[in-house]
Amino acid sequence: MRITCPLCGDRDLREFTYGGAAVYMDRPGADADLDALDAYLHLRDNPAGPTEELWSHDMGCRAWLKVRRDTVTHEILGTALAAEAKRGAG
Amino acid sequence: MRYSALRLLKEGLTGQKGWTPHWRDPAPKDDYDIVLIGGGGHGLSTAYYLAKNHGLTNVAVLEKGYLGGGNVGRNTTIVRANYFLDGNSQFYSHSLKLWEGLEQELNYNVMHSQRGLINLFHSDGQRDAFARRGNAMVNQGDDAILLDREGVREHLPYLDFDNTRFPVYGGLLHPRGGTARHDAVAWGYARGADRRGVDLIQNCEVTGIDVAAGRVTGVQTTRGPIRARKVGIVTAGRSGQVAAMAGMRLPIESHVLQAFVTEGLKPVIDHVVSFGMGHFYISQSDKGGLVFGGDLDFYASYAQRGNLPMAEHVMEAGMTLMPMIGKARVLRSWGGIMDMTPDGSPIIDKTHIDGLYVDCGWCYGGFKAVPASGWCFAHLIARDAPHEVAAKYRLDRFRTGHLLDEEGTGSQHNLH
Ligand SMILES: Cc1cc2nc3c(=O)[nH]c(=O)nc-3n(C[C@H](O)[C@H](O)[C@H](O)COP(=O)(O)OP(=O)(O)OC[C@H]3O[C@@H](n4cnc5c(N)ncnc54)[C@H](O)[C@@H]3O)c2cc1C
Ligand SMILES: [Zn+2]
Repeated sequence: MRITCPLCGDRDLREFTYGGAAVYMDRPGADADLDALDAYLHLRDNPAGPTEELWSHDMGCRAWLKVRRDTVTHEILGTALAAEAKRGAG
Repeated sequence: MRYSALRLLKEGLTGQKGWTPHWRDPAPKDDYDIVLIGGGGHGLSTAYYLAKNHGLTNVAVLEKGYLGGGNVGRNTTIVRANYFLDGNSQFYSHSLKLWEGLEQELNYNVMHSQRGLINLFHSDGQRDAFARRGNAMVNQGDDAILLDREGVREHLPYLDFDNTRFPVYGGLLHPRGGTARHDAVAWGYARGADRRGVDLIQNCEVTGIDVAAGRVTGVQTTRGPIRARKVGIVTAGRSGQVAAMAGMRLPIESHVLQAFVTEGLKPVIDHVVSFGMGHFYISQSDKGGLVFGGDLDFYASYAQRGNLPMAEHVMEAGMTLMPMIGKARVLRSWGGIMDMTPDGSPIIDKTHIDGLYVDCGWCYGGFKAVPASGWCFAHLIARDAPHEVAAKYRLDRFRTGHLLDEEGTGSQHNLH
């Protein structure tokens, strides 16, 4: 598996660390109830197919990336800097 | 068909023509009391104990492929009871006791081999942690012996004891730990369940779960709809997808775990050896292949194959620990899909839907659990109350904070 870092280009899997599903970017507020926190921390859609997740380019630029990836084929379908993805969504 | 010495002799003298299939191949009926989704180790053992312990035989196991074609036939077959936490400890202890009587129980040779498991340690701190674990195991009624360096050398003379990064300080020996023949476990339970009247239905994928007014009423399958009063989801790595058919999200993320086997060799590794610091463990199969593996690939996957970095890492760790294996040629590698929970422990529980139950979250340790999981899941389904040794495997324990984090690595699915 190779992941295209928006800053560093096409790089080997060894340089990256998986950081879990992209829902980690949408942390519920301090006043959120237990169910919202449970969903955020534990419950997962866990799709077989395209999914969105976070990867850190640890051995490169150290940026957090939001990656669209197919969990069945391991194909990378798209990458963006997590910070920019967040701004775009926000 | 039962096995006996007499039968073997007779078949040997008459050209082996009298053996018949182990189980029937029934068409699905329209209606069952209980439907189990998934014909892996856990689904089959659940079916067996529903019939055996609870007299419930109007039961079907629906398997989308063939029986035993999932993780139960893909794992590295280690069977042990060396857990630490209250909740895990009783459960795996119960499971190991069931393993010890399994061949008699099923009249089937599952090749359970209690060759001893040694977990190595490489520092004083780790020694203390293993001493504590060993004491917990002994308190639970299981066996554990703390070995010093020379003690390990008597068992495993071929290790590189003076490795600079991880010198071997000693090990925790669990004499009753060992391995078993994975396929035979599935087949033995399947035959036992079939003989008691359970329908084992292969090539039957569940595509929907019917719920009406908060109660399960049946399932949709590729072989037509089937009504049921109770439905159990026992689909390991596919649990998330199957639960989604009932509108549920589980605390599970599916990950890939790889394993490797070499060409057959003369007996050389007599134990199961676990080198936790290097993320490597190994045993030798009865055919002679060295069977070994390491950690998850650490990203979500349904691919049943991993990537090269973890393969390389596992080989490196093996070479670090026991350089002698470097000459063996690797024959095959493969991957299986692991249902990872946020604390690394399983779930055996009811759901918020009446009559719908789940048995999942086995992570990479569910083979040893096959007997006790079936025992406890059958109890739960039959009596609608948890079995005492599985009472902590609650579906809502993450929400309530009652985690069973055996390794203390924290609440994320890929950390266990
Ligand atoms: C490489 C590797 C090494 C391992 N090593 C060990 C070990 O040493 N010791 C240990 O204790 N554990 C080990 N495990 C873990 C163990 O194999 C699993 O935890 C356990 O087998 C899972 O339970 P199961 O046998 O019921 O799963 P499976 O055999 O996977 O059964 C689930 C079944 O459900 C079926 N299914 C899925 N979806 C549907 C559907 N929609 N309709 C109908 N059927 C469906 C699947 O086809 C499958 O047959 C290892 C796993 C792997 C992959
Ligand atoms: Zn980068």
